Amino acid sequence: MSLPAEAKTLFMGVGGVLVVATAIGQALAWRAGDRPSNLVQNLNQRIFAWWVMVGLIGLAFLFGKGGTILLFAFISFGALREFLSLTHTRRGDHWTLLVAFFIGIPLQYYLIWIDWYGLYSILVPVYGFLVLPILSAVRGDPRSDRQSSFITASVWTGSTRGR
Amino acid sequence: MIKRLAARVIGMSVAGFARALTGVLPNWRGCLPEARQRVYFANHASHGDFVLIWTVLPHALRRATRPVAAVDYWGGGVRGFIGREVFNAVLVDRSGATREPISVIMEAMEQGASLIIFPEGTRNTGDQPLLPFKSGLYRMASARPDIEFVPVWIDNIRRVMPKGEFLPVPLLCSVTFGEPLAVKPGQDKDAFLTEARDAMLALRPGRSAA
Repeated sequence: MSLPAEAKTLFMGVGGVLVVATAIGQALAWRAGDRPSNLVQNLNQRIFAWWVMVGLIGLAFLFGKGGTILLFAFISFGALREFLSLTHTRRGDHWTLLVAFFIGIPLQYYLIWIDWYGLYSILVPVYGFLVLPILSAVRGDPRSDRQSSFITASVWTGSTRGR
Repeated sequence: MIKRLAARVIGMSVAGFARALTGVLPNWRGCLPEARQRVYFANHASHGDFVLIWTVLPHALRRATRPVAAVDYWGGGVRGFIGREVFNAVLVDRSGATREPISVIMEAMEQGASLIIFPEGTRNTGDQPLLPFKSGLYRMASARPDIEFVPVWIDNIRRVMPKGEFLPVPLLCSVTFGEPLAVKPGQDKDAFLTEARDAMLALRPGRSAA
């Protein structure tokens, strides 16, 4: 449970930038006094969010490979949920979505964990694109819903490209 | 004792699970979560509906708020335990064979409980946003003008758990609470139900209240 030397340098650098940013943000807020401007408030909220992000990644780094993979799995989960909430899905897509969330994400990250590059690099764009529309077609409308598999793919591959 | 503890633990897990799955957040647009007797009436698309409302209520209010649920679904077995012990549901027989649902509901209101009801009477699986309301809401509101009737809109739960499906899909949901309604003097059943219906529809996301 210790950070590699490069990670320490990285976090010290990022932490330094954040400390400077926080100081500037707070100074601006203090100078505005009891007439806080929306812009400064927005800036300070963002700085706070960056602290949280850096904190989470730091925590994940402490737990090594497993921690990082778990963190990214949850980011994928959140991103896919956010994405699909905004898009149109049909009742017949129910099982497709279940498979994407509860089989797709764990399987993808398990493959990354065991470092099976040949499979995890094509799992979504090849097998996902094949299986998910078939599921939608079998369960619901004869028209397969390509939209959901597109989104699944974009979120998913986004998560793996980082590696 | 053990039963109470089990009910508490299950209640917390159900709420935690609902939060983790749907990231549900309350939007108290027309009123605040206050400890007073209320009837929350909401759109009904899934068995998860009252769970979401119950989840977003503060702890103190949860205990005093009872969902009105159908005995044919929530009456027996594990669901019976959850319905009775965890949610303290007011169970009604929709066929009216044993007792008229409305009298069971009135009795619960007499006892001072806040209620969660679904005036459509059944889950809406069609394309229209709301089914026609049953008259129960009007009868409750005209009998108890002292109670606040709060319109509630639950968004997206239909996609999380459509009727007939067993496993929920994680999608973001929201619960919006509107301004309390009351039956105005001389207002008849249809006028009140229309007003209630419009109040609910106005809470749909993307439609700001006037």
